[in-house]
Amino acid sequence: MAIEIVQPSVGLSKIAVSETHGEDSPYFAGWKAYDENPYHEIHNPSGVIQMGLAENQVSFDLLEEYLEANLESANWGQKVSGFRENALFQDYHGILSFRKAMASFMEQVRGGKAKFNPDRVVLTAGATAANELLTFILADPGDALLVPTPYYPGFDRDLRWRTGVQIVPIHCDSLNGFQITPEALEAAYDHATSMNIKVRGVLITNPSNPLGANIQRKVLEQILEFAIQKNIHLVSDEIYSGSAFYADEFVSIAEVLESRNYQDSERCHIVYSLSKDLGLPGFRVGTVYSYNDQVVTTARRMSSFTLISSQTQFLLASMLSDKEFTQKYIKINRERLKKRYEMIINGLKKAGIECLKGKAGLFCWMNLSPYLEEPTIKSELAIWKTIMHEVRLNISPGSSCHCFEPGWFRVCFANMSEETLEVALSRIHEFIKERKQGL
Amino acid sequence: MPEEMAGNIAQQKASLLSQATQSLRDFRYSQHHHTAGTFPVAQMTQTGPRRIQNSGMEDESREQSQSSSTGMRLIVPLQGIVQGRGGLILGSVIPCAMFYFLQFYLKRRRSPPNLPHEQTSNPPSPSHSSSNLTELSRSASRSSLLLSRGSIGRPHVSSRVHSIAKSNDSPYNIGLDKVSADPYDRLNNPNGVIQLGLAENRLTLDLIENWITEKLNESILSGIATYQPFDGMTELKVAMAGLMSQVVGRTVTFDPSQIVLTSGATPAIEILCFALADPGNAFLIPAPYYPGFDRDMKWRTGVELIPVHCRSSDNFTLSIPVLDQAFNQARKRGQKIKGILLSNPSNPVGNLMTRETLFSLLDFAREKNIHIISDELFAASTFGDEEFVSMAEIIDSEDTDKDRVHIVYGLSKDLSLPGFRVGVIYSYNENVLTVSRKMTRFSPVSAPTQRLVTSMLSDTTFIKNYTEINRERLRNMYDLFVDGLKDLGIRCTKSSGGLYCWCDMSGLIRPYNEKGELDLWDKLLNVANINITPGSSCHCIEPGWFRCCFTTLDETDIPVVIERIRLVVETCKSPS
Repeated sequence: MAIEIVQPSVGLSKIAVSETHGEDSPYFAGWKAYDENPYHEIHNPSGVIQMGLAENQVSFDLLEEYLEANLESANWGQKVSGFRENALFQDYHGILSFRKAMASFMEQVRGGKAKFNPDRVVLTAGATAANELLTFILADPGDALLVPTPYYPGFDRDLRWRTGVQIVPIHCDSLNGFQITPEALEAAYDHATSMNIKVRGVLITNPSNPLGANIQRKVLEQILEFAIQKNIHLVSDEIYSGSAFYADEFVSIAEVLESRNYQDSERCHIVYSLSKDLGLPGFRVGTVYSYNDQVVTTARRMSSFTLISSQTQFLLASMLSDKEFTQKYIKINRERLKKRYEMIINGLKKAGIECLKGKAGLFCWMNLSPYLEEPTIKSELAIWKTIMHEVRLNISPGSSCHCFEPGWFRVCFANMSEETLEVALSRIHEFIKERKQGL
Repeated sequence: MPEEMAGNIAQQKASLLSQATQSLRDFRYSQHHHTAGTFPVAQMTQTGPRRIQNSGMEDESREQSQSSSTGMRLIVPLQGIVQGRGGLILGSVIPCAMFYFLQFYLKRRRSPPNLPHEQTSNPPSPSHSSSNLTELSRSASRSSLLLSRGSIGRPHVSSRVHSIAKSNDSPYNIGLDKVSADPYDRLNNPNGVIQLGLAENRLTLDLIENWITEKLNESILSGIATYQPFDGMTELKVAMAGLMSQVVGRTVTFDPSQIVLTSGATPAIEILCFALADPGNAFLIPAPYYPGFDRDMKWRTGVELIPVHCRSSDNFTLSIPVLDQAFNQARKRGQKIKGILLSNPSNPVGNLMTRETLFSLLDFAREKNIHIISDELFAASTFGDEEFVSMAEIIDSEDTDKDRVHIVYGLSKDLSLPGFRVGVIYSYNENVLTVSRKMTRFSPVSAPTQRLVTSMLSDTTFIKNYTEINRERLRNMYDLFVDGLKDLGIRCTKSSGGLYCWCDMSGLIRPYNEKGELDLWDKLLNVANINITPGSSCHCIEPGWFRCCFTTLDETDIPVVIERIRLVVETCKSPS
């Protein structure tokens, strides 16, 4: 797959030949292993179980049920003239009813604790596009965004590849549960400045990927203060907000802003998507929600490169506006995720593995450092390879998430049946047992 | 940044417009009111230095030197220095040095002490010109300056923000906005603005509607909610390959593994620019060309576009010697050309490229070792006697050196489904395909749409029927429209494809230059309530040409349109 340009008959761009697409990292290598040998209950029970993909399949039945009952909205119903307008609609403002539905859904996910204005919703084909778009808008090539570690491996590509922007890490460690501290923020900023790099913003993921933990209100306020002081932007990727197990424990930056009467809000932007909370990653529905008029306007225009299919907007608009349905869905989804989380945490505990106490997300942050030969990344990758090829589980090593402490792994639990999860847990159990005997 | 070039053109147009048309007040995004907040003089001075690199190109290609500001006159002489021609050094360095010192002085006076000095930083000014974003109370934030620790002013945004804000001044966009605000409707709004400025085809949508009602019965959701390959599901690639083959009359078999699906042709073109060129590199592009390319190809990629002017004497066909000349001139200026972008059928003219020209272009590309991007978006929207020849057909007959050819396609025009966002990159270059596939994560096709479209395209009988009927209706409308214009004394080039005709209104403009053309455009938009696209928006070097899309109309609308144009034509012909 490496791009070999030895004697090019006709050349490609630097972006094309760079490695910044990030696909050589273990994060993606694990997926390949899965693709080549995917687990199947019946047909391939010894295959690789996919625990490296944060996909939510636990509540899909609720969606199917809804759409079947409301088939008309799925097929433009009897009013086929609606189809015509829909097929021709390519306005980057998006369908108003859909924007309203997104704003309403975002409010519901936050339990009504924050209000969202549909006119600030900019639609993109997925959160991947939303993050890249914001980066293009907030920073010039060579500038930097501060991102707390560990972070989603995809950011290396989404924020940097085509934009030419750099990521400067904000170091977080296990001593305080990987929380972001003002000292760490300052240190990252100073580090960037010392390298003559202009910092344009802080990008946080809340709830965090890969930690699976909510950022506390106090910490959000500190981060906001920091952004104000340095006169930089704050991007809050809240793609897992509906996957926090306890609704009242998740605090959105929108709530913080509302409580300050939107003072200094023009530096704040939220990224959201239906890929995790609604389990519809294939639909490619994302949004940039910005409190900055200029950013909203520019983002809308830039969204021309990544518009959501009008068919999809139409399909989902009535579903997302159906408050009764969404309320029910969000509640049940949270419960099921919590149940899964408890299942995996307990299963891992029985095997002698501790995880970070997180209460959100489609994954848990597992600590295998006691089982490393040495406290090094090398050892971490060695154990990761073993787990992938012998135990046949695809999990994501912390180093691919830029975690500075070796031995942590992200394990996804929402993209499989409970039975499969049991199989995975028993494999881990076996593996650790052998490991303990060996050590 | 190269965006400045488009911004510069747009700015000059804006100033021309303001001289001619006070009535545009409602829709004009003047320099003083765009959404970035107000920074009147600052805008020119702040972005002045960046324009240097491009003004040379712009001058040569536009052949007009109307400059509306002292800033431009000072900058233009620098062109000589940048291009290494020297000679004007003394005459230009001193005024420019003074210019820079003035700017520096002004900036220091204006910006607060703790803001970093950026070329493109926003001066601290109240934001907020969008009246519909009133929910958030902003007054509190302004008055709280005392409370926030030391930060005054708004955080920096990238230069891309300003470049796009300026390009919204173009007539192309102004016209589209005016139609949105007051769209014509035969029954409900007969005095509204008629849309002839958007290449959208409504003529044959009824067939698609029928297909949906009769044939679409699959469950939308089965198996597609989860993550799909970003570059498209295999079934759709297969169906798309079938469609493309059918569209070119089965002269070529398209390989699904060479297809990358994107959310529309817009990102397809941008992805190719990212893959083939570095910032500052350039593409040659026959002009007049689709106004959207200025944004799609240049905005985020940093790539530049060099127009290769085609003339009415050649019926606006591309001449290889002219192409060669443009290439050599660019090289002398130190620009690195990475490829040629063709539109075939062309937009806005509607020409089809001959087999001969396509072969010559391929030879040219080989000789210069550059890429060819062939945008064939209107391939099935042909209605003349000539046959459409795809670049794929040309390259198919070659055995080697296919690596430089890339084709862009999509369903927005030929299948009238612009809302669904389905575009195609078809390349013969494995490396380009690899990179493009990775980039589709930023512009993928929505899964339910892939499912629906796969179904539709797989119904090859329907597609064949649709394409044939669509062609007939296009031809019919074209004939009616062109005849109607002929009655007014307005000639059109002989088009064979596209959803529009290319009309010569040069006899009606006064003076015979861009200003005259924009005057006429303005009259047509604001007096006759007709939105058509002026040739200057398409970088046409001859003034007075306009693109009129006729596919949003019904047959019964045509007399209405012609009548409205007639009224304006009369006023143009009467002695001033």
